Amino acid sequence: MGLTSQSTGVNALKEMLDIQLSSSDDIIVALAGNPNTGKSTVFNSLTGLNQHTGNWTGKTVTTAQGNYKYRDENFILVDLPGTYSLLSNSIEEEVARDFICFGNPNATVVVTDATCLERNLNLVLQILEMTDKVVVCVNLMDEAKRKKIRIDLKRLSELLGVPVIGTSARSGEGLEELMDAVYKVSHNEITTKPIRIQYDDDIENTIQYIEEKIKKSVDNKINSRWVSLKLIDGDISIIDSINKYIGIDLSNITNNETKLGLAEVSSTPLSEVLSTSNDLAYGDLRDRIVSSIVKLAENISHQVVNSQRQKHNELDRKIDNILTSKAFGIPTMIALLGIIFWITIVGANVPSDAIAYVLFGIEDKLTYLFTTYNLPNWLHGALVLGVYRTLAWVVSVMLPPMAIFFPLFTLLEDLGYLPRIAFNLDNFFKKACAHGKQALTMCMGFGCNAAGVIGCRIIDSPRERLIAIITNFFVPCNGRFPILIAVTTIFIAGAVSGPMQSVIATLSITLVIILGVIMTLLVSKILSKTILKGLPSSFTLELPPYRKPQVGRIIVRSIFDRTIFVLGRAVIVAAPAGLIIWLMANVNISGISLLDHSAGFLQPFANLLGMDGYILMAFILGLPANEIVMPIIIMSYMATGTMIELENLEALRSLLISNGWTWLTAINVMLFCLMHFPCATTLLTIKKETKSWKWTFVSFLVPTIAGITLTFTFTQIVRLLGLA
Amino acid sequence: MEGTKIPLHLIPCGKSARVKELTSSGNLRRRMLDLGLVIDTVVESLRKSPSGDPIAYEIRGAVIALRSEEASKILVELI
Repeated sequence: MGLTSQSTGVNALKEMLDIQLSSSDDIIVALAGNPNTGKSTVFNSLTGLNQHTGNWTGKTVTTAQGNYKYRDENFILVDLPGTYSLLSNSIEEEVARDFICFGNPNATVVVTDATCLERNLNLVLQILEMTDKVVVCVNLMDEAKRKKIRIDLKRLSELLGVPVIGTSARSGEGLEELMDAVYKVSHNEITTKPIRIQYDDDIENTIQYIEEKIKKSVDNKINSRWVSLKLIDGDISIIDSINKYIGIDLSNITNNETKLGLAEVSSTPLSEVLSTSNDLAYGDLRDRIVSSIVKLAENISHQVVNSQRQKHNELDRKIDNILTSKAFGIPTMIALLGIIFWITIVGANVPSDAIAYVLFGIEDKLTYLFTTYNLPNWLHGALVLGVYRTLAWVVSVMLPPMAIFFPLFTLLEDLGYLPRIAFNLDNFFKKACAHGKQALTMCMGFGCNAAGVIGCRIIDSPRERLIAIITNFFVPCNGRFPILIAVTTIFIAGAVSGPMQSVIATLSITLVIILGVIMTLLVSKILSKTILKGLPSSFTLELPPYRKPQVGRIIVRSIFDRTIFVLGRAVIVAAPAGLIIWLMANVNISGISLLDHSAGFLQPFANLLGMDGYILMAFILGLPANEIVMPIIIMSYMATGTMIELENLEALRSLLISNGWTWLTAINVMLFCLMHFPCATTLLTIKKETKSWKWTFVSFLVPTIAGITLTFTFTQIVRLLGLA
Repeated sequence: MEGTKIPLHLIPCGKSARVKELTSSGNLRRRMLDLGLVIDTVVESLRKSPSGDPIAYEIRGAVIALRSEEASKILVELI
């Protein structure tokens, strides 16, 4: 986690989570909870910070923070990773545990799911063992009501000994009370008396024994009963964390002395204790500890939850019976994908034309301005024909498909469909010797490959994580979908006319995506048989209940979080790229433009792959952001060709054809778009995540080789058969 | 079948069973326990994925999918 020996202690923890205090009076509140409890919605509703939430397990891998004001005080809310427990040592659980334990938050809010309280109480009870300053937020009360589940919040609060607030974060219900409870707990206006889990005599005696031994070293900095329990549990990582965080808290002495102090803490009583707490001696105790917690959760749940209908999940099950059935599971999945593409393709045509019309109308006005004021020709060329025109292309080609596709995809996410995809596909991933969660990180890649790579943190095994990272680029991201959509709508669908047009376009994109998934599996398999040998590790996947999507929020979120973000990034990269293209097209060396020189240089190789030099150059120039690949291709053709005015997509099609495009070119562009070197952002992210240039290079190489091999083979076969 | 211990993944869909023993160890055992799979927990086998594995189970109100490798290390008694 990038901690150096100098930066130990609580400060290091706050640094690690990058907490920015605006003043020392700020109140720090940790937000913990199981995945899929609407924790992020609570976070968003309180802070107003737009953090993306998805209805799948383990989405929030990194912590987010935001702040809100309540009664004139500044509260800093730290959104911890969603975890089911703090016992079983995944990275997320360690981060959450360490922050609650050593980050000294003024209060900890545990968000729970009202429709699944028993399971959520497990985490609540574990947190109550660590700290007194807890507020339990029972979220999704609206869903519970819909499912006719009633919860006695007052009784729950009595049983747990801490404030319990019912909320429906989506509609904002109960948040005022939640803020009030947090205020009171953090100011000690409410004294909490958390329930103490009573273990059996053996465990209680062992706790007592160990507690005696460590009490002095621990020095009230941390709950010694809890530490003892962790030691019995055989949790080694807690020792590291205590060294790391409590060490510096002991005093303000010099570095060397601090180290001595750390050694003191780690070598004496604790290590002695540790050496005996091995699996043999304590394995059974561990089971009993967990059982006590689980049974207590069950007991409490029975006292406070009153479900009128036993089968309150009946509808979910019926839906799942279709969506994950043997006969319909995978076909439905492909059909859903197809429908999304179809709507996108059909819907994007008209606004694309309209936007192009408006933007190129503005170009004419700009040109008029330049001539009126007698501005030099080169300036007009560089700014209007270079920068502005590329920007106009980026916006008109990219914006409409994104504005339609992203909300639709987010809708699926919000419904809770993505874990079902993982469920349907898991067996394939298992056969590829990959981790089951790779299906989830693959889905994240549909949004953004860099995000998908970061998402790979949810995979614990380093081998499987690397496989997931290297293969993530095989699913097209936000930036590459528009290329696929543009090529299909402009070219492939344009080849046929009538109502079949959109169907053909949809089919081809769907096929490309399926190919991407097949390549992901194939390459994963090859990797696990060659450079990353090994067997798949264990995995569990939660299928959360389907949720009613919040349509308004989806639209706002997907437009602002995704569309604007991706478009913004594209525009930033497109402007200088437009300038470069224009310069290259207009700087001549021995009578031939630089653009033609470069394209000519790439031409022989590109031809082998069934493309041309301009296309290959566009992919290379598109390294910073793939969004600009298509606009660069168009710009290059326009700069070299005779066509200057392009008002609609039909004209675009003629432009491509006049530059030698055939259906083979179009398919190769789509294949190469699916498989080539990842964009710079993704590569940098891979470097950051793997901390290795070698694996970054492998991630660069693998999809590139795959793309070159595939387009080359495909092209040669087609040409051999004389089909194109 | 009453009284005999069988691996969880062999339970027919739609049937419930009571957890009797965990044969896994280490990290996997912890995970299973964290899911609430302690002795005597009732688990219902809900449905198989299209290719037959993993299988989704209802465990303490949550729906959890387990691969056969993991589920085979949970011994249960049919109810």
